[in-house]
Amino acid sequence: MSTQAAPSRDPAWVGRLFWFGAGAVLLWPMLVATEFRPWVLVHPDNWDPTARFLRDFFPPAVRADFLALVGRETWRTVAIATAGITLALLIAIPLALASTRVLSVSALSGRMARGPFVLRQVCRWGLIVLRSIPELVWALVFVRVVGLGPTSGVLAIALTYGGMLGKVYGEILESGETHASDTLLRHGASRMQVFFYAVLPANAAELTSYTVYRWECAIRSSVVLGFVGAGGLGQQMDNSMKIFNAAEVSTMLLVLIALVALADRVSAFLRRSLG
Amino acid sequence: MSTPPRPANLPYRMPPRLFDARCRACWFTLAIALLVVASFVTLDLQWAQFFSLDAAHSMGRFVGEFFPPDLGADFLRKVLWASAETLAMSALGTLLAVVGGLLLAVPASRMHAGDRARAREPTRLLLNALRSIPELVWAALLIVSAGLGPFAGTLALALHTSGVLGRLFAEAIENAPPGPGFALRTQGVPAGRVFLYATLPQVLPQLMSYTLYRWENNIRAAAVLGVVGAGGLGQLLAFHMGLFHMGKTCTILGAMLLLVAMVDALSYASRRWMSR
Repeated sequence: MSTQAAPSRDPAWVGRLFWFGAGAVLLWPMLVATEFRPWVLVHPDNWDPTARFLRDFFPPAVRADFLALVGRETWRTVAIATAGITLALLIAIPLALASTRVLSVSALSGRMARGPFVLRQVCRWGLIVLRSIPELVWALVFVRVVGLGPTSGVLAIALTYGGMLGKVYGEILESGETHASDTLLRHGASRMQVFFYAVLPANAAELTSYTVYRWECAIRSSVVLGFVGAGGLGQQMDNSMKIFNAAEVSTMLLVLIALVALADRVSAFLRRSLG
Repeated sequence: MSTPPRPANLPYRMPPRLFDARCRACWFTLAIALLVVASFVTLDLQWAQFFSLDAAHSMGRFVGEFFPPDLGADFLRKVLWASAETLAMSALGTLLAVVGGLLLAVPASRMHAGDRARAREPTRLLLNALRSIPELVWAALLIVSAGLGPFAGTLALALHTSGVLGRLFAEAIENAPPGPGFALRTQGVPAGRVFLYATLPQVLPQLMSYTLYRWENNIRAAAVLGVVGAGGLGQLLAFHMGLFHMGKTCTILGAMLLLVAMVDALSYASRRWMSR
């Protein structure tokens, strides 16, 4: 066996070059559609305000009254998310119970009866529709109808997250082991008894952990909802951005990063201790 | 490991008290209840304004104005173009994020046990900062320097997603089986080539699946990103809603829902197809 020097050139370079070229050709229309012109970033018309804005980032604004305001708005952000998730549960739990096939009596003997099947399908579609309208769109509509304020944010989160939670709850309930619930149903237990004594104990940890995860997501989206006028940190940030007060924006960005990190930690801790 | 079975009901064993100072679940429940109550109390929620006859009236009028949706050929073409723009923004944003995420994931991961990985902690801090600022906030910030339009939205998606993907990529790289890399390193192959020829090929499928998942998320995000002026369907929506063109708003909302539903259906179908 002759010893061969390792090839100094990539043996597959022709193929790689071809696919690279093909990718570039596909990419071109996308660059045009998104007006991808990085050089506008360094054009003096844009660069000067940017540089000024960035320079003002440091030091962040730490006036006492401003910090108090930021603290209040941060709490409002958390409160909007929490209230929204609470109302979302009111939507999600009944619809999830109505849509899951685990609690179906007629499905025990083969096929589910026509009526219950249609009802379950309707509930499921309702959840999917609720889920697929982004919360920002709900908030835009509500703000237009009843004016600025946290009520729009809470309702927007409640509707969208109600759909998300309900759909996933249904999936979690159906993915579990159904032996215990089937047995109880066959022996004449009521649906609620089956839910409380068989389905809920088996899936409680997973359901809670998903809810906590969604609460963390709701905090992030309640910041975003502030930008369309639903109150909280986002609205304050939007105000400061409009008057180009970079120092205030920088403080609020730091608070936002800390808040998200904190929610991340709390949610990870809760999920870990739930097992 | 089994403890000896105990008789079921010893006469002296009382059932556990409902509240016990050492019961963690009790404290959690209490804290959550407090948080919920405090949230509802401190927010000045105006339910009366929402659920009054007056509000129902104005809501009804508002929804009534949505119909009929504007389906003129000119406007439909505009909406179609905005949808294409949304898709392009999400695709390009994700692509840039893959590049950025990979560039940041390499210093953010410890390649082998002997790797000092000095840049690991600072890079992870940067990734967390990128990740914890939502796309919409990035877009609002970037409009200062990139101006109104889809370019700001693309960059916003790219920045947020690089944070997310960078972290996921770094975890994938650290969890890659060390064997092939070790073999190359003992032969004296430099670190860059070890990464390209041993680590990267092993984690590539995982990176692809993370990327597709984020792309799906980004299409949804790009649809609404424009409400701060960053291009796509959202910008069109904010514009026409601001001018109270309700028929047009309805068409745009319809297009948005259709786009999201299509992405959902496609991802559901492809997931079924792949797991078959």
